Amino acid sequence: MNSHHPEAIAAIAQGMRSSVSRRRLLQAAGIGGAAMLATACGTSSGGSTQASAAEDLSDTEMKLNWSNWPSYMDVDEETGTYPTLEEFISSTGIDVTYTEDVNDNNEFFAKVRTQLEQGRDIGRDIVVLTDWMAAQWIQSGYAQKLDKAAIPNSVNLIPRLAAVQFDIDRSYSLPWQSGFAGLGYNIPDLKAATGKESLTSLDELFDPALKGRITVLSEMRDTMGCILGWLGYNPSEFTDAQFEEAIEALTKQVDSGQIRQVTGNDYIAAMDSRDVIAVIGWSGDVIALGEDFGFSLPESGGTLWTDNMLIPSLAQHKKNAEKVMNYYYDPEVAAQVASWVNYLCPVEGAQAAMEKIDPALATSEWIFPSAAVLDSTYVFMELTREQNEAYERLFQKATGN
Amino acid sequence: MAAVLPSTKTTGVVVAQRKSRTGYFLLLPGMTWLAIFFAIPFVTLFLTSLQAPVEGQSGQYVPAFQISNYSDALLEYWPQFLRSFVYAGIATGFALLIAYPLAYFIAFKAGRWRALMLVLVIAPSFASFLLRTYAWKTILADEGFITSFFNFLNLLPDDRILNTGYAVVAGLTYNFLPFMILPLYAALEKIDPRLMEASNDLYASAFTTFRKVTWPLSLPGVVAGTLLTFIPAAGDYINAELLGSTQNRMIGNVIQTNFIEFRDYPTASALSFVLMAAILVLVFTYIRRAGTEDLV
Repeated sequence: MNSHHPEAIAAIAQGMRSSVSRRRLLQAAGIGGAAMLATACGTSSGGSTQASAAEDLSDTEMKLNWSNWPSYMDVDEETGTYPTLEEFISSTGIDVTYTEDVNDNNEFFAKVRTQLEQGRDIGRDIVVLTDWMAAQWIQSGYAQKLDKAAIPNSVNLIPRLAAVQFDIDRSYSLPWQSGFAGLGYNIPDLKAATGKESLTSLDELFDPALKGRITVLSEMRDTMGCILGWLGYNPSEFTDAQFEEAIEALTKQVDSGQIRQVTGNDYIAAMDSRDVIAVIGWSGDVIALGEDFGFSLPESGGTLWTDNMLIPSLAQHKKNAEKVMNYYYDPEVAAQVASWVNYLCPVEGAQAAMEKIDPALATSEWIFPSAAVLDSTYVFMELTREQNEAYERLFQKATGN
Repeated sequence: MAAVLPSTKTTGVVVAQRKSRTGYFLLLPGMTWLAIFFAIPFVTLFLTSLQAPVEGQSGQYVPAFQISNYSDALLEYWPQFLRSFVYAGIATGFALLIAYPLAYFIAFKAGRWRALMLVLVIAPSFASFLLRTYAWKTILADEGFITSFFNFLNLLPDDRILNTGYAVVAGLTYNFLPFMILPLYAALEKIDPRLMEASNDLYASAFTTFRKVTWPLSLPGVVAGTLLTFIPAAGDYINAELLGSTQNRMIGNVIQTNFIEFRDYPTASALSFVLMAAILVLVFTYIRRAGTEDLV
């Protein structure tokens, strides 16, 4: 069923970092087919709500299987290896199989859903999922409780992320990276088209001078969060009617041709080739594009999201997974990762460690945001499954699906 | 003597039977493959398309006989259906226009370059379908040569090609072109050149020779090529996803969204079945119209 060749996709991702979608990567290579088979074979049985643990083979098997999003780990550009991960492997002797096969929360879930529902091991010891999907896993009992005693460094988690609605005391999840959805733009092209040096609001993004040269994210929460804020509503607490109004506002921009495309990470390639001037995009990606590109949070607020590490039920190397989590919560290691991925670093003390690696990044508002920046962002309201489905449908319909 | 004859006869029959059994054995791998990867999924897909949702449990479905899945799906997604067939039809037309002269050249004029040219036709397929489609994003980029050229002539309503229907049709045409060229070449190559000579000898012009001799004899290739292009193009979603915009989604995109994003398996299955049925109907009408039942 995994006919979607994670290695191939990972290789592509390595080769063309910028043009590969992290969220919605080329949902191709037969993923549709694979999903079809997966669902055709799988009989739906109601999910249990209690995570089951398997016999932990960590003591005898020095192995760990980790599924993460592409471009989410520091890379040695020359050798193509992951320096921090290599360091972990050589110091612990645990052989880590690191696969960049999470390209989209829904798509990844579709791939492993049948095994999870039937109470089988999905062959992964750590998966990294965005807040709302992590919430679904925890509620359905697909995630194992972490042994915090085995992760002493978890005390380094920054306070802002320490308590979340879906996992009040972080007993099931630990943030891998967080980030902002906000406005990204090509500074020279923006200046040529509108005379402005930066974007500060969605009004400016929807300026007719940028018609057909902007994209928004296919991740419903990120795009709709920004639009809800723009309309003066609170993305952390809104009503169905307000959401529908926001959908209407989006539809208007899509139908008028203002919005060129609704994409996953593909917008990065489009910005790089200058097809697109401005986007609703993710902080780390835009910053990584270079000096010509700017990122800002709209005055009405951007969204703050987190991708979380979870240990799936029946994972066979839980202790090894906890060791690697502990390792990445060491501030020095976290700073190394942050210096490459440019996303919000969830580890306290990494800022001081960053001084040694790259002093300029240590003051970056996007990696180590101040309280003021964090206060201007929203965490999207937690939705019930029914709400999620209904909103997702409205969003997809508005964007041509 | 009389006792021997029947026994010889029996042996003959046994041998013949064995031979025919060998035939069945040869079919076995293919039939098993078909059963496991086509027949069983086909039936499951059909049953899924009639399932009903479980109240209050999103993504959970129970066996049912919910025909309304079909009508709901059609009502909701008819524009994408229509668009898929229009795009696939135009792409097939373009592919035929490009492929016919090329196949003709390879078959009759290429001489010793023939093998090389055929390899060149297939060569792009060695790179992944996905990467080739990505390459088109670069080729058709706003700042690229092609878009600049058309913009210079003021031919583009949106000042761009990428993320429009043009790009989707171009991508479809390109990606399925080899499926048009190869059957056309196979059909043309089989034509006896003496027939054209004879036509020439009977004072037919080059055009008449083409119209009365070459074209009719190449029809099986045309029919096979158009079908092999149209069918996958109508169901394709990668070109629309990568080269299109929100206004250019095809039925494949919608099926994918229903499967992956909504986990609405019944609707997605119903859409898949409608697509299959629609293609079958179109294909049969087409073959009848082309009058080539016996040629295919």
